[in-house]
Amino acid sequence: MKNVSATMRHWLPLACALALAAIGPWMSPYVADFVVKVMILSIFALSLELLVGMTGLVSLGHAAFYGIGAYATVLGAGRDGGSIAWLLPLAMGSAAAYALVVGALSLRTRGVYFIMVTLAFAQMAFFVFHDTPFGGGSDGIYMYVRPTLGPIDMESRWVQFYGVLGALACTYGLLALIRRSRFGAALAGIRVNEQRMRAAGFAVYGYKLAAFVIAGALAGLAGFLVASRDGVVNPELMAWHNSGEVLLMIILGGLGHLRGAVIGAVAFTLLKEVLSTHALVGPLADQWQLTLGLAIIAFVALLPKGLIGVAARLSPAATDAGQKLDAVPAPNAKVTP
Amino acid sequence: MSIQNTRTALTALALACIATLGHAQQPPKLKVGLMLPFSGTYNALGVAIENGFKLRVEEQGGKLGGREIEYVKVDDESDPAKATDNVNKLIKRDNVDVIVGTVHSGVAMAMAKAAKESGTVLIVPNAGADAVTGPMCAPNIFRSSFSNWQPAYAMGEVAGKQEKKKKAITITWKYAAGDESVNGFKEGFEKAGGQVVKQLNVPFPNVEFQALLTEIAAAKPDAVYAFFAGGGAVKFVKDYAAAGLDKTIPLYGPGFLTDGTLDAQGAAAQGMLTTLHYADGLNTPRDTSFRTAYAKAFKLQPDVYAVQGYDAAQMLAIGLDAVKGDIGKKAEFSAAIERAKIDSPRGTFSVGKSHNPVQDIYLRKVDGKENKVVGVAVKGLADPARGCRM
Amino acid sequence: MDVGTFLVQCLNAVQYGLLLFLVASGLTLIFGIMGVINLAHGSFYMLGAYMAFALTPLFGDQFLVMLVAGVVLAALFGYVLEWAFFSYLYQRDHLQQVLMTYGLILVFEALRSMLVGNDVHGVKAPPWLEGSFALGELMRYPWYRLFASAACIVLALGLYFVVNRTRLGMMIRAGASNRDMVRGLGIDIRRLYRIVFAAGVALAALAGMIAAPMSSVYPGMGGSVLIICFVVVVIGGVGSITGALVASLLVGFVDTFGKVFFAELSGMGIYVLMAAVLIWRPEGLMGRKT
Repeated sequence: MKNVSATMRHWLPLACALALAAIGPWMSPYVADFVVKVMILSIFALSLELLVGMTGLVSLGHAAFYGIGAYATVLGAGRDGGSIAWLLPLAMGSAAAYALVVGALSLRTRGVYFIMVTLAFAQMAFFVFHDTPFGGGSDGIYMYVRPTLGPIDMESRWVQFYGVLGALACTYGLLALIRRSRFGAALAGIRVNEQRMRAAGFAVYGYKLAAFVIAGALAGLAGFLVASRDGVVNPELMAWHNSGEVLLMIILGGLGHLRGAVIGAVAFTLLKEVLSTHALVGPLADQWQLTLGLAIIAFVALLPKGLIGVAARLSPAATDAGQKLDAVPAPNAKVTP
Repeated sequence: MSIQNTRTALTALALACIATLGHAQQPPKLKVGLMLPFSGTYNALGVAIENGFKLRVEEQGGKLGGREIEYVKVDDESDPAKATDNVNKLIKRDNVDVIVGTVHSGVAMAMAKAAKESGTVLIVPNAGADAVTGPMCAPNIFRSSFSNWQPAYAMGEVAGKQEKKKKAITITWKYAAGDESVNGFKEGFEKAGGQVVKQLNVPFPNVEFQALLTEIAAAKPDAVYAFFAGGGAVKFVKDYAAAGLDKTIPLYGPGFLTDGTLDAQGAAAQGMLTTLHYADGLNTPRDTSFRTAYAKAFKLQPDVYAVQGYDAAQMLAIGLDAVKGDIGKKAEFSAAIERAKIDSPRGTFSVGKSHNPVQDIYLRKVDGKENKVVGVAVKGLADPARGCRM
Repeated sequence: MDVGTFLVQCLNAVQYGLLLFLVASGLTLIFGIMGVINLAHGSFYMLGAYMAFALTPLFGDQFLVMLVAGVVLAALFGYVLEWAFFSYLYQRDHLQQVLMTYGLILVFEALRSMLVGNDVHGVKAPPWLEGSFALGELMRYPWYRLFASAACIVLALGLYFVVNRTRLGMMIRAGASNRDMVRGLGIDIRRLYRIVFAAGVALAALAGMIAAPMSSVYPGMGGSVLIICFVVVVIGGVGSITGALVASLLVGFVDTFGKVFFAELSGMGIYVLMAAVLIWRPEGLMGRKT
């Protein structure tokens, strides 16, 4: 029985991806657009999961790398467009480069300082793109021609859909691999007890920095995709509200699980949609800020383990096997420097 | 079934057929998507635009071009990051025929891109970003308001020619609207023989002006041109007066510096000259009837935003009348609006090739709680529409 | 830049820094004593400003009385808020605190929108502080700004006195170093926390009230102040009030002179400052070394 559940847990994400690929052609343009948006946010959330869930580093500035990836894509494309072959590495590389700088400085701090410092560095990036002519200013800039690669053109709805789905699958797979690797085990150790890891001889700073840069690069990937989808980028992509929301997504889904990041992205986006749609909640839709704020407080207070925690409570036996492989305890508040 | 029942059933069926036939005579409703800020700082502007638009539609009996108007509202939250998703809700989920919006230029940029790609008609009732009728111009995109360049250029001309100023310093928030406005002023001022000696910036939405006011005082220019709106405008004008600069260096700006803010600014703003495509005290029959109708319908005084909303509806009506309600006839729709002279409360205006209003810019002076018109700064000013390839 | 202008700019920098100190001291107090990261702190500043807007018509000339009334109201609000909401945050980890206080910001913004609307408002300074005096022939400096700086200095001294010279201050400092020991000594730590939190809220609200006649009252004013406060706390060191004072003044100078010399890049100035401090002393200028 336990083995069946474990296998199911492994193959469930893959099954979902295949199902999505299969029903793609039958989706209406609006639904397909919505699904693409959620998939891009899932990649963004997964990148943060590497930092928060796996390594225990709470960053409140992750949107900076997302935005830099997006801007790099648009600035690189210029007026004539460009090839995915160099725009994608450019986006991920720029985000990774900024992550290297920010990480190198922020990782000198811990706990509450780290949170505030990451927030501040994201604000700095925001100001660079908002205030200087480099990024085109506060209204943002257009991408006149979307990236292409031979016959693959991001202008096409199908390319966007399957391209983003593929990127999501790759990101998920990569992170699952990292988790099972020695690098991932080291990160988990750092999350649980940093002192002990250092005493055991691990170069803790180096591991944390590596995780930070990889997370930044993956956020840059999400940025590339969102720029290709929208065709316009804006400094608000890097606003700290965005950083707060992506953090919410992973805690909503369930910290410490890769599926949690995806589930959280879906759930949060749906939640915002529902709360602001008149057809569903009537006049309350105008007060969506209030309902969203209360919902956030309620979720975090009542469901600290996220939606996956709810599922675990409902079917304890089936999740036991899964727990051993996927679940890891949440960052320990008592371990404060 | 008994004969009684059969008869009832047949009668019901017949009536239903007649009803549907009768209904089929009516053309389907025209879906207008209103994407405006219904929350946040620009809420009042969004409401004014919506009111103005709806007033015009009501005046035409709820129909434009023979079609009844159905509204779909989306709150854009003045957030450019969500703009593409919000406008896609209107285009792809609600399948609107026309989009009207918005106030914030960053949001409008995303809307223009989506509208250009889908071909949906977009009428911008405020956002002044030069790019919307510049590089992103399209046959289906129109603007019923202004471009940031227009009132600024007019002020530059006034400052140079009429006021005979030679050296000016500009100050604004570091954002696109500010940059475009300052550049417009610079162009007009330099053409009139003046020189902008310094361009000062404040990070948006910072309102700490003391350091820069000190700089202005030290530099002693002949004039200062400032672009701020809302809270920033209130604070700047008050701080300027508190520093005693209003007595020695005249402060100029586009209408937004003193529009909707006079209550809060009080004595600090009195006598200030500003330029805008609308003003209080125009006293034309068209404006007076508009103002009365608006006040009666909404128990509020209209402002420039309400006028822009009203004119958006007028432009839509002109296009729809020309194609007899068939908005699918895009070329004819656009051509009709391009040819038209729109009878607006602000005066008559037309839209240029780039679909931005070619209009008179008024010179206004603050008198009490009103921006009273004292003259026309520039007649029939057209935005240069740089980058527009139509 | 001549000496006269330079001195005036210094005056501007000090005034801005002192006001920032008032807000940041509340934040660092809450951080340092209770270990709670509170994103909603900017909302308390906004609360103060809107209170000034609402109370000015009632109190008219009696500005100081209004300030006292505002402080009392804010402290009460803080006391209740701590009891109803924040006390549940102490056991939770930083991530949950961040997210719950983020939700709180949304709730406050929505409530403000519903109760007071979204308009921008001006607040008039009291008549006995209106007007300005001449600073040489350069320009005039408003009396109110001088008052604001003086008020901040008085409050800073008061804060120093309370924290370093009273029993309450002793308990606060003890609680900051070792929570459990303090509880073990029989001191009611819950009530201590409540008082500290109320004080933090009151300080931020007071800053908002004092700032209101100088800045306008508008939605979103809390957000901008919040991030700058974070930078101040990081630079100064979490939990250190002296650090917050030094850092606030530093930020005031960097911001003021940054605007003058580096117009376009002035927004980034304080972050560059923060980065520099981090390279040199990651725990902040006066933070405890860990």
